[in-house]
Amino acid sequence: MKNIKKTKKPNQFFRNINAKIASIPMILTVLIVFLGGSIWTIVYSFTSSRLLPKWKFVGFDQYERLWETRRWIISIENLAIYGIFSLIFTLVIGFTLAALLDRKIRFENTFRSILLYPFALSFIVTGLTWQWILNPDFGLQGVVRDWGWKSFSFDPLNDPETVMFGLLISGLWQGTGLIMVILLAGLRGIDEDIWRAARVDGIGTVKTYIYIIIPMMRPVFITALVLIAAGIIKIYDLVVAQTDGGPGIASEVPAKYVMDYMFGAQNLGQGFAASTMMLVSVIVILIPWAYLEFGGKKHA
Amino acid sequence: MLKSNNNLIPNGPKPKKAFSRSNIIIYGTLIVISIYYLLPLWVMVMTSLKGMPEIRMGNIFSPPLEITFEPWIKAWAHACTGINCDGLSRGFWNSVKILIPSLILSISVASVNGYALANWKFRGSEVFFTILIFGAFIPYQIMIYPIVILLREIGLMGSTAGLVLVHTIFGMPILTLLFRNHFAAIPEELFKAARVDGAGFWGIYFKVLLPMSVPIFVVAIILQVTGIWNDFLFGVIYTKPATYPMTVQLNNIVNSVQGVKEYNVNMAATLLTGLVPLAIYFVSGKLFVRGIAAGAVKG
Repeated sequence: MKNIKKTKKPNQFFRNINAKIASIPMILTVLIVFLGGSIWTIVYSFTSSRLLPKWKFVGFDQYERLWETRRWIISIENLAIYGIFSLIFTLVIGFTLAALLDRKIRFENTFRSILLYPFALSFIVTGLTWQWILNPDFGLQGVVRDWGWKSFSFDPLNDPETVMFGLLISGLWQGTGLIMVILLAGLRGIDEDIWRAARVDGIGTVKTYIYIIIPMMRPVFITALVLIAAGIIKIYDLVVAQTDGGPGIASEVPAKYVMDYMFGAQNLGQGFAASTMMLVSVIVILIPWAYLEFGGKKHA
Repeated sequence: MLKSNNNLIPNGPKPKKAFSRSNIIIYGTLIVISIYYLLPLWVMVMTSLKGMPEIRMGNIFSPPLEITFEPWIKAWAHACTGINCDGLSRGFWNSVKILIPSLILSISVASVNGYALANWKFRGSEVFFTILIFGAFIPYQIMIYPIVILLREIGLMGSTAGLVLVHTIFGMPILTLLFRNHFAAIPEELFKAARVDGAGFWGIYFKVLLPMSVPIFVVAIILQVTGIWNDFLFGVIYTKPATYPMTVQLNNIVNSVQGVKEYNVNMAATLLTGLVPLAIYFVSGKLFVRGIAAGAVKG
């Protein structure tokens, strides 16, 4: 068999040559930018690069320094707080909204348009808008005080303890619409007969959702989960626009740490080490997902 | 369900009363949440139409007593970033100059690529595609600096062309996925018939597939216009102040520490930046949803 193939097609390379030409941009992107770029950064994270990349290896020094830096620790803690709450609230709110829209209501399109429009906006626009709404003097706090509740206090952006929740408010405002749409598509894929059967058995609507529908929507939820998680790790613009990491360093996040050390503090090695840590965390999320998604299918 | 039933035999659940308890809960919740979602837009518009004295006295939710378009004019033509005081208009035109070539380049590259992956598979094509899709999840931060070096080497660092290249690269995973799935769903008979008629790789693409794929191109355009217009990270790294896109300039205008804060000008500037994606969103409607669904659901 092998021999026949060899004599039949002497030049494998020129077979399907147009498709290969058409794929050159993809191949270059994958090899040079995605693989090459990532490996380059990982390798240089073990060097003492500062202003410019330097080919001088220092082992895990950059990583040791990274985990000794208070700002990095705070960034990680902030990401964890933001991430956990964002994950829970996005899923709960997104699913509740999707379920409400799925109740065969009128004006579904209008409601969906309203709930999704923030997603079309830039994080910069979202961040700046909420910065203004949460302005302690003229924003929400000021308005409520004007109404006569003089002791009312709601100033999350200027309190290190609550600043991440100020960011969470705007992050949720922008992001829940997307998850709602994805979960709604999942709900639409559920067979109408399931609902009929549940009704015949006398199971209430809420119970049907919790015990029957949600377990059936597992793949959709996993997709939503991966999307939310990928978004959380990337969070950068929103922080830059809304708080710029303040007050002090109370709302710093890892992506901003990388950017500031690479381009602001001219400490490339730290930036490389921090971005490698970000990659590692993404891989930790991606591998189980890829396994569930693709590994499971092969066995089935 | 109630609308679509024209049968004489009653089918499905009994029509509910319009003001049943569950309806009140559903509509009530949706209306309250909708108001909450619309509030920031309302605040932006109202603030941008007020004068500064009114902002200092009044509340952010109230409509302006006296409508003024001064903040909009100032935001567009006179707002300052650093030493430049020609407003957001420069950022707007920079964004347009970035957007149009990025749009053309990224969509043509990705559509041809998706077509090759769907209909002309070759050895290794699936491996590259898998890595490409994983690339969409890799944090950009890890690839940023190598790209700086690359762009510096080819002399495009700080230029619009460099940023166009970056957008083409990072738009590739999602767009390729979109086109690949679309072309893979086209019946193979059509493809075979064209081959029998003697059409080759490019012939089938241009004469057969392209004319019947207009909607998916519209979806790709919507996806890319909003994505590129809203980008901040790449703009701030790969361009310089003279070529900053609108989002970067907006952030610099609003978050600059010098001078008295002019909240009305800031909100007008914010709205101006949000206007392009919002217009796309409200005009495109269902296609926008299709675009993000295609982006969200894996291949």
